[in-house]
Amino acid sequence: MTLTPSVRDAMLAAVPSLRAFAISLSGNVDRADDLVQETLLRAMANIDSFEPGTNMSAWLFTILRNLFRSEYRKRRREVEDTDGSYADSLKSHPEQYSRVEFTEFRTALAKLPPDQREALILVGASGFSYEEAAAICECAVGTIKSRVNRARTRLAELLSIDSADDFGPDHTTRAILTAGGRG
Amino acid sequence: MHSEMDTRKSRGRLGRDVQTKLGRTLQAYFDDVVKQGVPDRFQDLLKQFEERTSKDKGSS
Repeated sequence: MTLTPSVRDAMLAAVPSLRAFAISLSGNVDRADDLVQETLLRAMANIDSFEPGTNMSAWLFTILRNLFRSEYRKRRREVEDTDGSYADSLKSHPEQYSRVEFTEFRTALAKLPPDQREALILVGASGFSYEEAAAICECAVGTIKSRVNRARTRLAELLSIDSADDFGPDHTTRAILTAGGRG
Repeated sequence: MHSEMDTRKSRGRLGRDVQTKLGRTLQAYFDDVVKQGVPDRFQDLLKQFEERTSKDKGSS
């Protein structure tokens, strides 16, 4: 079992988006980083089962997703900690998005069923095709499509976006009230 | 201002502008983390593993 420099580099290259996926799934930076750590350990221990030339990123996402789901089943009864460890970890923001908007968005994302959330993130942000997302989630392509659609509709409801102009600072208070403040 | 009716109307079928807005926000949210790069702990983790496996090979 060896970790060649090219395999190592491919793993490292996948880490930033792997973390973003983990944070989007768990809503918690510390738990997300533990998930990434566990994913990398598993990947290195099973590096022989990685086929060179295939998508390293998709392989790692699959491992992370499975880890998250087995953990999620265990922690189902626990309340998600969405209290701001994510927001605290952020150092910079693109000018057009405020911290409030991201916090609001993260809260809405956390309210989606896990199946829909992961499908939306894989297709809508991680750059995977519907086919790749279906392989990662071990389901049919049509299932991914319908989960993504339902996730979008639900998010728009949670954020009360009826038009492109809606999602902004003036909208924040009402969206928070609508989304409910239960922690 | 929007009424409940307006919100209802949008259910099930999102306008293109809403989809675009959602998509951009999701992407920005995701990229915000991506831009943080690779934390040291993961660099170190892979380096340690690499050193350990190369040492194993060298001693055999």
